[in-house]
Amino acid sequence: MQTTSSQLDATFAALADPTRRAILARLAAGDATVNELAEPFAMTQPAISKHLKVLERAGLISRNRDAQRRPSRLEARRLAEASAWLDQYREFWEASFALLDTVLQELKTRKPPRGKAPRR
Amino acid sequence: MLFYPESFKVSTPSDREVLVERDFNAPRELVFEAFTKPELVRRWLLGPDGWTMPVCEIDLRPGGAYRYVWRKESTGMEMGMGGVFREVVRPERLVATEKFDDAWYPGEAVDTTTFEDQAGNTRVRLTVLYESKEARDTATRSGMERGMAAGYDRLEQLVAEIAKVSAG
Repeated sequence: MQTTSSQLDATFAALADPTRRAILARLAAGDATVNELAEPFAMTQPAISKHLKVLERAGLISRNRDAQRRPSRLEARRLAEASAWLDQYREFWEASFALLDTVLQELKTRKPPRGKAPRR
Repeated sequence: MLFYPESFKVSTPSDREVLVERDFNAPRELVFEAFTKPELVRRWLLGPDGWTMPVCEIDLRPGGAYRYVWRKESTGMEMGMGGVFREVVRPERLVATEKFDDAWYPGEAVDTTTFEDQAGNTRVRLTVLYESKEARDTATRSGMERGMAAGYDRLEQLVAEIAKVSAG
C-alpha cells in the first residue's frame, strides 16, 4: 500500500506533464477512449497509452477493464485531494506567521526595545 | 501593534529554491529569539488550527541538531522533521539542513533564514534550497504564491475547469 506522500509524489509527477494535464482537462468533459484522446493531441495510440498508464498509477484516472473500448474516466477526487493538500501547505506559513505576530507582540510588551518607551 | 500579513510572499528565485518572505513589527533580536527558542517556536510554528508541537528541540550552534514533531490532536496524526545547523549568526542569519521523516522529495534541503532590520521592523526571508529542481518541484508546488509557480497555477486552472464542467 502506498503512503500518502508517495501518492502525492505520483500525483505531482503525473501533473508535471502538459499532455497529461490536457488529457485530464479533456476527460473532465466526459469519458474517452485511447483513440478519441489520441486525435486532438496528434499523438500515436501507444504514446497516449503511456500517459494514461502514468495517470492511472497516480490515481487520477480509472479505466473500465471490462468494456472492449476501455474508456478512461477522470478521478476528480484524487485531483481535489492533491489540490486541498497544496492549499494546506501554503496556509501553513500564513497561519504560522499570524501566530508569530501575537508571540512577538507579547515579547515586545515584556521586553521593550532599547531606546524606546514601553508600549502600554 | 501593526501586523503586516500583506507582506507575505512566496517566490522561486532559482530552479532549486523557494523563498518565503514576511515583515514583522518587532526588532530582529526578538524575531530571531522567536525563531530559535523552543518555548517560543512551539507556540507559533503550527500552521492552521488543530496542530500542536509536542517535540521542539533546538541545539542552537553550528553542528547542533534540531527536531520538530507536529501532532494533529483530532486525528492523532504526527509529522516529524529535523536537521543540523550549519551557521548561527545572531540575530541575522541561520542556515540549517532540513529533512522530513516521511519526505515526499528526494535528498536533504538547506534552509537559510535571514533577519533584516527595516527601521525597527524585521523582514524575514526563508530560503529553502533543494538538491535538484525535481525535488523542489515535488516538495513545494504548493508553497508557491499564485502566479509564481506555473505548476501550481496550472493545477488550479485545471481544478477550476473541471469544477466548471462538472457543475455545468
